[in-house]
This record gives sequence, C-alpha cells and structure tokens, in this order.
Amino acid sequence: MKKLILPLLIIAIGVLFTYRLINLQLIGSVGDGPGQDPAIKTTTIYPTRGLMYDRNHKLLVSNQPAYDLMVIPREIKDLDTLELCQLVDIDKEQFIQSIEKAKRYSPRLPSVLVSKLSASTYAVLQEKMRKFEGFYIQKINLRKYHTDAGANLLGYISEVNDYEIQNNPGYISGELIGRTGVEKQYESNLRGKKGKNYIQKDRFNRTIGPYKNGIYDSVPVPGTNLELTIDKDLQEYGEDLMIGKRGGIVALEPKTGEILSLITGPNYDPALLVGRERSANYTALYYDSIAKPTWNRALLAQPSPGSPFKILNALAALEEGVITSNSKVMCYNGFYVGNELKGCHCGGGIRDLREGIAVSCNAYFADTFKKIYAKFDKTSEGQDVWERHMKSFGLGDYLGYDLPTGAPGRIPSTSYYDRAYGKNRWFPTFIISNSIGQGEVAATPIQLANMTAAIANKGFFYTPHILRKIGDDPITDPNFTEAKLTTISKKHFTPIIEAMRDVYETGTAKWIQIPGVSIAGKTGTVENYTLIDGVKTQLTDHSLFIAFAPVEDPKIALAVYIEHGYFGARYAGHIASLMIEKYLKGEISRKDLERKMLEKTLEKEYAKPLSGEPFEINEYDW
Amino acid sequence: MIGSGLRRMDWISVLFCCALIGFGWGNIYSSTVVDTDAPLWNLSTSYGKQLVFITISFFTVVVLFLLQTKLIERFSSLVYLLTIILLIGLFPFGKTIAGATSWYGLGFFNLQPSELAKIGTILALGKYLSDIQTDLKRFKHQFYALLIILVPVILIVPQPDPGSALIFFSLVFILFREGVSLKYFWIGLYFILLFISTLKFNLIYVGVGISLISMVSYFFFNKRLKLKWTGIAVFIILSLGFASSVQYVFENVFEQRHRDRFSLWLNLEKDPLIQEQIKKTIGYNTYQSEKAIEAGGFWGKGFLEGTRTKGDFVPEQHTDYIFSTVGEEWGFVGTFTVILLFTALLLRLLYLAERQTSTFNRVYGYGVVSILATHYIINIGMVIGLLPTVGVPLPFFSYGGSGLLGFCLLLFIFIKLDANRLNEWD
Repeated sequence: MKKLILPLLIIAIGVLFTYRLINLQLIGSVGDGPGQDPAIKTTTIYPTRGLMYDRNHKLLVSNQPAYDLMVIPREIKDLDTLELCQLVDIDKEQFIQSIEKAKRYSPRLPSVLVSKLSASTYAVLQEKMRKFEGFYIQKINLRKYHTDAGANLLGYISEVNDYEIQNNPGYISGELIGRTGVEKQYESNLRGKKGKNYIQKDRFNRTIGPYKNGIYDSVPVPGTNLELTIDKDLQEYGEDLMIGKRGGIVALEPKTGEILSLITGPNYDPALLVGRERSANYTALYYDSIAKPTWNRALLAQPSPGSPFKILNALAALEEGVITSNSKVMCYNGFYVGNELKGCHCGGGIRDLREGIAVSCNAYFADTFKKIYAKFDKTSEGQDVWERHMKSFGLGDYLGYDLPTGAPGRIPSTSYYDRAYGKNRWFPTFIISNSIGQGEVAATPIQLANMTAAIANKGFFYTPHILRKIGDDPITDPNFTEAKLTTISKKHFTPIIEAMRDVYETGTAKWIQIPGVSIAGKTGTVENYTLIDGVKTQLTDHSLFIAFAPVEDPKIALAVYIEHGYFGARYAGHIASLMIEKYLKGEISRKDLERKMLEKTLEKEYAKPLSGEPFEINEYDW
Repeated sequence: MIGSGLRRMDWISVLFCCALIGFGWGNIYSSTVVDTDAPLWNLSTSYGKQLVFITISFFTVVVLFLLQTKLIERFSSLVYLLTIILLIGLFPFGKTIAGATSWYGLGFFNLQPSELAKIGTILALGKYLSDIQTDLKRFKHQFYALLIILVPVILIVPQPDPGSALIFFSLVFILFREGVSLKYFWIGLYFILLFISTLKFNLIYVGVGISLISMVSYFFFNKRLKLKWTGIAVFIILSLGFASSVQYVFENVFEQRHRDRFSLWLNLEKDPLIQEQIKKTIGYNTYQSEKAIEAGGFWGKGFLEGTRTKGDFVPEQHTDYIFSTVGEEWGFVGTFTVILLFTALLLRLLYLAERQTSTFNRVYGYGVVSILATHYIINIGMVIGLLPTVGVPLPFFSYGGSGLLGFCLLLFIFIKLDANRLNEWD
C-alpha cells in the first residue's frame, strides 16, 4: 500500500484534471468570437451617405463633417474648465452636469460631451486640444443642403431609436436613419455599408493594436448617389411662390411620370434639421399645428377636386357614348335638381362641350353626369362604370409613387352609397355634386397632377416617381417605367384638350396666358367648410388649377392647390402659369405678375377662422 | 565517467522534462511577447530572461554531472545547513517583492533560497533515514524526521510564503514510504475532509452523517473489524469536537482573504449574484483564467493567437497562471498533453525511485516526486478553479529563473543518483 499511494494519487489527480478540462473546454466552451471576447473591441466606421442630385445633376444634398467633443472622464487631467467652456460655448454648470453624466455612463469609455461643433469652433478648439487631456474630437458626417427647398420631399435623418435597433439588427446605437421623404424611401441605397475595425484591447481597455493585424477589418462602402427627378430651380421657384400660402404644387413630366417639383406650403429650410439646433427646430416645426409645415400638403391634402374633375366626367361620358363633342345643354345660370336651382358662374346660355369646359359650366356637367347613369338600368351599374373610369386615372386609391407618405383620396363606390342611403335607394340626383368635383370625391394634389398627365398623354400615365437614377443606372422598376392605361380611348381626348386650351384662350384663365406657349388647363374653385365651435361654417373657396404645356408636345403637367385662394384662376392659376413659364422658358417675362404672386400672402385669410370674430368669405381682395 | 553517466542516464525522464521546459517557454513567449520581430535573446523581456535561465540551468546540470556522485550524499547535511542559514539570512538581508521577503537580490536576478531549501531538506531526510540506526517505527525518530521538514517551514511561513511552506509538508509522503504508519495519512485525510465538509454543509448534517456511518459500521462490520463501542464513541466525540471547532477557526483564526478564498472555492455564498460578484473581484484571476481556458475549446486559438492572453486579461499569466495560456492557445489538446507529460514524468520518477538499491537514493527520489507533484496539483488545480488560490509555480513551465534552476537541480540530482545507482563507489 505504501508504494501505491503516490502513484494512485497522481493518476487520480490526472483523471480529475482531465475531467475538469473536458467540462471547461469541450462542454462549456462557447468559442470566442469578436462578440464574446472582451479582448476584442469592434469599432464601426460609418460610410458617407449617398448624395442626391436633381434631374440636371445639380447637387441637392451632400455631407458635411461635424465634430463631437468626446470625453473619457478618468483620463481628465489638470483641466481648465473655464477655458474649455468658453471655447465650445457652453456654461459651466451645463459642462459639469455633462461630465457627471459621462462618468455615470462609464469613466473609462468615451462619451459625447458637446455634439456637432461647427467647423469654426472646431478650428479654434483643435489648436488647443493638447491642453485638454481626456478630451478628443470625433468627426461625424451630417447632411449638407445645397438648396433651401425640398425639405418635405428630401426628408431628414436622425439617430435610430431603441425600437428600431431591436427590430433591425443592421442598425446600431448612434447610427443615422432616414426619417421622411427620399431619405427614408431610399435608405437602403443611401446608407452604404458600415466598415468594421477589430481592435485588440488589454484588460484596462487600452488599445494594443489591430486584432490579427486587421485581417478581419472591413472598409466602409459609401452610400449610392441618387439622381432625383426634381428640377432644382423649379422646386426653389415654386417654394418661393408658396410663401405666405398653404397648399401644394405637383409638377410632372407626362412622358415619364417624373416628378419635376413637389412643393408644399408652408415649407422650411431643410438645414434647420441639421446640427446642434435640430432638436429645438424640429419641435417647433412639428408642433405648429396650425400651419403644419411638416405635413406634406402635396401628398396628403385631400380637397374636393372641383371643376377640373368635370373633364373626367366629360371623358367618361364620351367613352360611354352618351354625349358627343357637339352635345348642347341650356344653362339657366344654374341647373335644376328637382325643383331646386343650383347655381352656375358661367353666364348662362346654350353651352356645348368645348364651351362648357372653357367657362366651367356647372349645368352642362350635371346634365352630362346624369346621362352616364341614364345609360344603365340601375344607378349602381352606372356607378360601377363611372368608378372604373375615374379610378383608371389613378384616383381613389394610393397612387404607388416612391415616397413614404400618401393619401388615397376618394372615388365613392356603389357600396359607399349603399351604406349611406341603403341598397338601391339612391339616385344620380343624390350624388350630382360629383359631376362638378364637389360632393364625395376627393383627390390629393399629386393625384390631380397625375390625372392631368394622363390627359396630356391622351389616355395613359406613368406612376409618378421621384427617383431617376441609382448611381449611374436609370431606374428599372416596372411600376415606374411601364405605362398605365386609362379606360378612355385616345380619340376622346382631342376635343377635351381643345376645350382646355380654350380655358386659356377665351375662358376662365385668359388673364394668365404665357406669350408664345400654348397651355391647356382647367380652373377649380372648391367650396369647403370647417367646424367653428361646433358650427359648420363655410370658408373661402380653395383655389385649384390643373394645366399642361405645351399642348402640342406636353413637357409639364401640374396641379396647383391653394387653400382658401378663392377663384381657381387667381392664386392657383397664376402660380401654375408662372411655374410653366419658369420650367419651359427658364425665366419669367411677366415681371409684374411674378412680383405680385411672390408678395401676396393669404395669412389674413388663414387667420379668419381662428380670430373668433365673425368674418366674410370670398372677399374680392385682389 | 561522463560517458558512462550519460549512457545510464534515464533519457525518458529527461525527455519529458525537456518537453515541459520547451512547451513552457513557448507559452511564456506568447504571454509576454510584444514585438514578434524582436530578437529572442533580449534581457528586457521575460521570455529572453527565461531563455538565459534555461541555458544557465543546462550548464549547471552539466557541471552537476561532472561532480562525483558520492559527494551529493556526503555533503547533504552541509547543504541542508547552508540553506537553513540562507533562509535565516532573509530576515535581515532579504528583498521584498509583492509583500513577501523571499528573495536575495543578486543584481541581474533574484535568488529564492526556499527553492534550494527543498533540495537541502530532501537531502537531509535521505541522509537521516538512510542511517542504519534510524527506525521510523519509533516515535522519537519520527519526530526528528518531521523536525527536518518543519525547520524550513517555520522559517518560510513568516516571509510570508504559505505556498512554499505547504510544499514542504508534502515531504511526509517520504516518511510513509519509509515506514511511518499509513494510519496517520488516513487520519489526516479524514480531518481535512471533515474540515471542508463542515464548511460546505453544516455542523448538524456532518454530525448526523458521522454518527450514522459509525453506527452502520458498528452493526454490520463489528465482527470482522472487531470494533468496540467505546472506540466508536471516542471517534464520534473527537470528530464532532473537531467539526464544531471548524467554524470558530474559520471565523477567528483565518483572515478575511483566506475566508474569501474558501468561500469562492466551496461556493459558500448562497446568493448567486453576490457569488458572481465575488468571482469577478476576489476571484478575478481564477475567473479570467477559466474564461481563457474555456475560450480555447478543443483545438485552441493557435500559438500567439490568444486574444485574452494578448490582452493580459489573466494577471500573472506567464508565472503562476501559465496554464491558462496553454488552455487558450492550444485548447484541450494542449492542456491534456501537459497533464499527460506531468503524470508520465511523475510515474516514471516513482518507478526510478523504487528501483534504487540505496535508501538515500530512494528517499531522494520520493522527495523529488512529492515536491513536483504538489506544485503541479496545487498550480493546475488553482488555475482550472478546483482549488483555492495558492501562489505556487508550475514546475519547468512557469516563468521564474531561480524556480527553473531549483527544479532542474532537484530533478537532475536524482537522475544523476539513478545513473550511478549500481556503481556507488564511482
């Protein structure tokens, strides 16, 4: 036994050690990837975000460096607090608070002390940085805007929130993400690919060097540049015209569906949402619940389309064969629904189709509307046919363009009226307002612009889109590159377009012709109501205008919608006319008209319903 | 003379020893290297110094083989005395490193006399036990033998260097081999187990357990073992008395750091959160070394690829915690190889010890095995978290000049003795 005790002990210990090692290394081992290993720190290198150009390759959005002042609390030595505070322009209490906060986060890890220093502050600070041990400057990329327009369509970026990080493992804390507009829609293109550096650390979190000499490191791939369909000059001009007005302008190129400009009023300088004042500015814009500058009226406002809608009713009637271009209607300065006379501004008399459109005769289109329904045995059948025609112009549903916000508008269906009146208990006279674009129909400005493009193309349209090229490659998405047909035959458009040309030559918009340019258009004056203290109150009419030009070879189709602008030919018509001239000719010949539109505002009109005082609507004021 | 010595040398042990030194140096290199392009012979680096000491050790061993074998036995008492004097000399002249006055500062390196004292003590024991008049059955001679061991222990404990002191205790295995009754071994083992289980469980469970086992043995085996109930009663009372003193000793004699180590080792803290906290603070070294070993997996991360090693996450990694480098960079393959090498070397040395014809040689052989085995068990047991933290190096493996030289002398004296076992007149 005395000879065996040591060998047995040694063997037993060997077995015990082996057992323990099996447990540790074979069963308990989870491997040691860069994720688990405390010795390997991963640092992310952010790619530069893709740039945005307009259709003429003018730069709209680029990147600018900004500088964050970082602090590693425990490395602070002999700090001249006052000097640093002066350099970065914050007061001492705030500074001390920030340091405390950083300490609470971690004394060893860097925290942002002052974010987004300006380049000039940085220049001064950098000279003196060596004096401030424990502090360093980190470069970050912010957006830089080369235009003061387009805030609502370009969108903005901000740091991802916790919810997004949880739901999208591709994002990490502190990363930027597109919030609205193109920034959001094309986030995946603009974003690029992050690079990673693996750094070997020691147990005090000090850097020793790159992990395995950097063989796992990756370089960031910059985001892809985008070329937008926007015309920068037109966009800026349109936004200038919208100063003091609320509403939206959408201009399309009919041949392609490209959005030339997408303007909402009021608007703001996109640069407001960059840099140190971003948060405060955003709050101010977002909580302006009266003017709603962040609410994109060009995409979201859904007014009744008014008179421009008459054109669609005429087209539907022509297609159904219930009228011809020679059909005539007597206007008694209005029309009778039962015994009730509904008014008309056209002046009265016998109207044919061309005149009816040119002078926007309500009676003519009430009659035309009834004729469509009269073709069918049941009102609901007529309604289904009517609805199909209207919807083929992109109305009544989301249009499918490539921006993240939108509204469907409304083209009422059989079931809609069945719900309202009961099955088969409603008749064309009930819904006669639809004939003149009032009543239940509603459309967003971009839908109206698209409808105009479809008319300009004589029966087809391309879904409006804002993206032209990704990098150097033109877009290939069939949703945007393949034409969508309306239900109306091409031949029926000719008389309609002639009539729309008359709107300018002899009709409601003859005051706003552009010398040398043939325009087809249609005015709209839209009655509207609001609730003031629970009482339904009529407000000044919305001013609406659709137009395309030149008539022979349409290059631009647009819809202008101005809240409470009164007659369609006033604000909307003038603005449309200026926009067309600007786009086609590059400059404005009618300087007086231009000055007038730039200067006139509707603030007084907008203040009326909020004043709490009784007020007049539809005042002359021109 | 050298020729015949070399021929008879036990090349198997030498091979194992060289393998350990070589593999050990590789791991020291990996743990401490900063610039892999720098020359190896660089005295400002740990691996460079270790390389120098490997060379010094080699030449020391060569010189050792040039000496006459009989000189070893002849001067053994003198060596013992000399090392004792060196230990005493530490009190006035010693150099304090990390709180322990265990070294003589010799300029380019520090000499740790306790390393030499191990050799001296084994030599003295061999000399005493091989004396024809010594009879280990007699209590007086047992006491003298124990005294030889205890003198250096008494001098080392106040340095303080409890690890080294503990190593000396392992020399009692020599006494068991040479005739001291194994009863003492079993009784000692019993009380150690009793101490640990009282801490781990509690007095009442342990008491009930002892009583139950005693009664069961009495009723079932009393014929064969001829147990008397009085004997059983004395056994129970003694055990219970010891067990009840455990808590008192633990609370009052032990210091907080000892209590912490036990608490960590035996998982005494009930709250898992606090236990985890203790692991990461007091048990930081062990925690990190376990993590590093775990991270190695089966094949390891490869030589120089251990990120935790590079990051210095395990403190003292090139000295006492060198085994964790093996674990991280060489994986289970590496750690198992080291276990095998040590087991093989120790068993081989035991085999050599048993084939010695002279008591002196055998005693010395057993001494070598006891010392090496204790280092190996305590060190690796600590690094893989099986034993509480006690700072002893892994023989031939850990960084440390005087340690390496000490172990080489210790081992090669025995190999020299073995090579000359048949012609002692040489």
